[in-house]
Amino acid sequence: MPTQLPEAGQVAAASGVASLAWLLVVLPALGALILFLAGRRADRWGHWLGVLTVVAAFVVGLLIFLDTTSLDPAQRTREVSVYEWMSVGGLHVDFGLRLDPLSLTFVLLITGVGALIHIYSTGYMSHDPGRRRFFAQLNLFVAAMLVLVLGNNFVMLYLGWEGVGLASYLLIGFYQDRPSAATAAKKAFLMNRVGDVGLALAIFLIWQNLGTTQYTEVFARIGEVPPGTVLAITILLLLGACGKSGQFPLQAWLPDAMEGPTPVSALIHAATMVTAGVYLIARANPIYDLSTNGRLVVALIGVITLLIGAIIGCAYDDIKKVLAYSTVSQIGYMILAVGLGPAGYALGIAHLLAHGFFKAGLFLGAGSVMHAMNDDVDMRRYGGLARFMPITFVTFGLGYLALIGFPFLSGYYTKDAIIEAAFGQPGWQGWVFGLVAAIAAGLTAFYMTRLMIMTFFGKKRWQDIKSPDGHDYHPHEAGPAMTGPMIVLAIGSVFAGFLLTQGGRLATWLTPTLGPLEESPGGGMPHAVVPWLVLGLSALGVLLAYLFVGRRPTPVERPVHVSLPVQAARRDLYANAINEALIARPGVWLTRALVFLDNKGVDGIVNGTAATLGGSSGRLRRLQTGFVRSYALSMLGGSVLVIAALLAVRFA
Amino acid sequence: MSGGSVLLVVLLLVPLVGAALVGPIKDQATAKWSAVVVSVVELVLVVITWFAYSVPAAQNGARFQLELSVEWIPAFGTRFALGIDGFALVMLAITAVLVPIVLAFSWNEKLPEGRTQGGFFSLILATQGLLVGVFAATDVFLFYVFFEAMLIPMYFLIGRFGGPRRQYAAVKFFLYSLLGGLIMLASVIGLYVVSGNKLGQGTFTWVELQKMAASLPESTQIWLFLGFFVAFAIKAPLVPFHTWLPDAGAEAPVGAGVLLVGVLDKVGTFGFLRYCLPLFPLASQKLAPLVLTLAVIGILYGGLLAVGQTDMKRFVSYTSIAHFGFIALGIFAFSTQSFSGSVLYMVNHGISTGMLFIVVGLVIARGGSRLVGDYGGVHKVAPLLAGVFLLAGLSSLALPGTNSFVSEFLVLLGSFPRQPVYTILATVGIIFAALYVLWMYQRTMQGPLRGNAVLAALGGGRGDGPGTMIDPAVAADRGATGFPDLSKREIGVLTPLVVLILVLGFLPGPVLDVINPTAAATMSEVGLADPVGGVSR
Repeated sequence: MPTQLPEAGQVAAASGVASLAWLLVVLPALGALILFLAGRRADRWGHWLGVLTVVAAFVVGLLIFLDTTSLDPAQRTREVSVYEWMSVGGLHVDFGLRLDPLSLTFVLLITGVGALIHIYSTGYMSHDPGRRRFFAQLNLFVAAMLVLVLGNNFVMLYLGWEGVGLASYLLIGFYQDRPSAATAAKKAFLMNRVGDVGLALAIFLIWQNLGTTQYTEVFARIGEVPPGTVLAITILLLLGACGKSGQFPLQAWLPDAMEGPTPVSALIHAATMVTAGVYLIARANPIYDLSTNGRLVVALIGVITLLIGAIIGCAYDDIKKVLAYSTVSQIGYMILAVGLGPAGYALGIAHLLAHGFFKAGLFLGAGSVMHAMNDDVDMRRYGGLARFMPITFVTFGLGYLALIGFPFLSGYYTKDAIIEAAFGQPGWQGWVFGLVAAIAAGLTAFYMTRLMIMTFFGKKRWQDIKSPDGHDYHPHEAGPAMTGPMIVLAIGSVFAGFLLTQGGRLATWLTPTLGPLEESPGGGMPHAVVPWLVLGLSALGVLLAYLFVGRRPTPVERPVHVSLPVQAARRDLYANAINEALIARPGVWLTRALVFLDNKGVDGIVNGTAATLGGSSGRLRRLQTGFVRSYALSMLGGSVLVIAALLAVRFA
Repeated sequence: MSGGSVLLVVLLLVPLVGAALVGPIKDQATAKWSAVVVSVVELVLVVITWFAYSVPAAQNGARFQLELSVEWIPAFGTRFALGIDGFALVMLAITAVLVPIVLAFSWNEKLPEGRTQGGFFSLILATQGLLVGVFAATDVFLFYVFFEAMLIPMYFLIGRFGGPRRQYAAVKFFLYSLLGGLIMLASVIGLYVVSGNKLGQGTFTWVELQKMAASLPESTQIWLFLGFFVAFAIKAPLVPFHTWLPDAGAEAPVGAGVLLVGVLDKVGTFGFLRYCLPLFPLASQKLAPLVLTLAVIGILYGGLLAVGQTDMKRFVSYTSIAHFGFIALGIFAFSTQSFSGSVLYMVNHGISTGMLFIVVGLVIARGGSRLVGDYGGVHKVAPLLAGVFLLAGLSSLALPGTNSFVSEFLVLLGSFPRQPVYTILATVGIIFAALYVLWMYQRTMQGPLRGNAVLAALGGGRGDGPGTMIDPAVAADRGATGFPDLSKREIGVLTPLVVLILVLGFLPGPVLDVINPTAAATMSEVGLADPVGGVSR
């Protein structure tokens, strides 16, 4: 029997400017649609339409944000139900939007950073014949990402979730001529689908237990669900998060995703989409609040990932892959944070926002460097670029300092807060989570310093060589369309952390969604010591990088004979090899065996039976001539039989 | 006889009479245009039927609408009885939408020597007419007659107009279906006998038989159920009754293949819902684990086999086998959501697999080969073609935002509460779907231009072997002639399907509204309540 919906207390229908929230999604979606359909006619102005829709969405988002801040905190969660998407029996899935502090925070991040990267792309893609297609797909991404964060139920989330997966697939494979790009795109989609299975099953479990998928109803009644089921839901949601956010054991697709154009790496594979997993767990905080074990698993996954990301980041020479593994690692911090529950949700979001600024800035800087270096990504071919591209150097440098947690820059506030909270966990968890996170901070300082030195300092190794396509290198600064967004993001990298965390500003703003930020229970490590420890480890990382990389000449050719740990790191700690051995290769064999079986076995048995019945396959073939006549005959015979049978029954 | 009840007879007769008239026309252009006019008239009639069908009436318990029933062979109690419920209506609709598209697509189809387009189009119309009979019959014997008669035009479509191994494929299709049909005939007669015992007077009328269903002993139900089930499982087809489909699908001309996979196969799953479940509720529940096992095997096995196919048309057939697994899962998981999901799936699968079949047909028509390995990098010379290929594929893998997502989601969501284990296994199938679609796309459409068929079409010569590169600039020039992108007619053929894929992805409401009351009716006929009540609004 249908149960009556409990009164969803604080959620009001949106009015005023907030009722225009559907524009947020429709604007970029419309942009994508027009750009896809208009064809070559739109080649000349298409990119500006792409920029315009996202800027317009940002303006709408900003208006709604300002409108919301003027409300009493208790009234800041509002919903816009656009229409009923699916309705069958007791199932009602809204095509509805939820405007609350969490979703609006993401709206500003997505449309803000999105707009900057759209502008940057007008410069970066100016010579690409596929520019219109690029902007169409980028607009599609923004629309899907907004659906993901704005949806007011789990099915809308899933719509956005796979929607951004599609955009990511298209954009990773943007350079369609490269087989490696197509392979990377497919890999990304497949590994994401593994996660999506988890997300889907979580939705099914929620439906089975609560008969709804709407956030308000689920969160109000999640307490009715048995603890074992809650644990299952938390782990299945986490599986979805692992896929989308490149977390262990589904991290291997993210570095490969760097096959896409660099603005895509900045927007999708650093600042926004890959943080969707963090959003998901933060969004589902009422569920995670009920399961200590569920949160523990989340935190463990975060800790494992942040460490392996940082280790592998030390070994790569490809500037984008180092940044990609850095992203894997930094999202690991965020996942760790949200795994700490009420003591960490807001910290995770704060780091997510700060990371959105500095990592997007770093990627745009990397794109600027690549632009200057004939699209080469091998840092061994760089060196001494600081003088040739000063704006890139300064903005990139600020992003670098923000990332390694240089005092009073963004990362210093947001990352250190997570490490402190990790140390604050009781028992072994505090020590393990805290120490691993702190050590990884040292590794972060190492690999980023190595990257800085190899790229901007030292000998100009590119002078004596040609790029693989046979051209000389002529490094130069990029135009204003590219440097402008880089400067804005660099400013964000410097100040975002301070502004967000000052006086618990962000945590207070997010309280209606995430609950108040709790103090960590307090672990073995005194609070006051943690910042010094992290600072010390980071300084050590910088120092070691200087000693290993800065003081020695960097060979252009990659050394082959290296120590075992370096070999392992270069091979992604064997993640791809394991996938290959456990899944890909057995899968190929299984498929081949089944195709053989289906042709020879199942079909063979059937054909063999038919042949036996017909005497031989030859006779079967002879039967085919005039078969229709014999069919007609058999129809007739059959009909006579039927009628006879019926008569027999009737007159029996 | 009211105006409404004549409608179904007209729906039945228009394509059949049209087929008879178009067939003998000598002038090919006249024949083709006449067939198209007939199919458009039929589409308009179905639209009228759609609006004549009352959803509130169905909600208030009207099992069938637009009913008509006249005596046929009084001695056996067979009646010429037509009527539609929501399931039948949406199946009529998808058939009527696909036929004009199929005709327009086949306009210049290369046919085997001595065959004419007029004959081809005539057989398509005949198939449509008989399908109307199958979906609209409310007398079990009448259903059986249409069910068997439907084989004849399809047999000719495959056997006379198909590819090189058409004879083999046609006979295989025929033997399988005939075998199933005969077994079903035994059950049809059995039903008549049982009804004679129960009611004192034998009947074939569905409504009467359904009323009797609850009082049939389980063992009787199981025997009768199995007869229907085998016929429908062959038609649908479920593993292990599936091996006729890849051959038939591969050898059938593309237009006939679209109808075969898009609609004809759905007669099997439609039959599960209309005949197996309501007439044998106890047997359906008892044997559900068996069917569910076959369904899940079909999803995983069909998915893996689709991955391994080297022939594009066989590939489409195997994806369909996987999809039929989802439909069967939803039907035998017994919930309103899973029923509605399955029926919507039948509609959506007609759209998306129909489109996939057509797009594959377009590729094959250009390259002259069905082999995957003969293609590569097609996006460079035919970006629109690659785009619609991808869209059809995305719909096939049930990406949210496309039509198929709604149905697949409803099937899985609705099946989970009662059958969690089967549903979890089925959900894993969505990974395989992503794999077979995207890998096929990568192999044929992405990367540098390669493959014998593409290179030969572009003038690269067959001797160059796979992997030969042509200068992109040269290739782009040749693309205009050798391997052209979509023509205006082809764009016209595909546009309705593209629109349906996107619109039904976001607005499935109008179709679900028609399906839902019948899903609820079927639930009560099975005698089960929904495992999850949900929230009332």
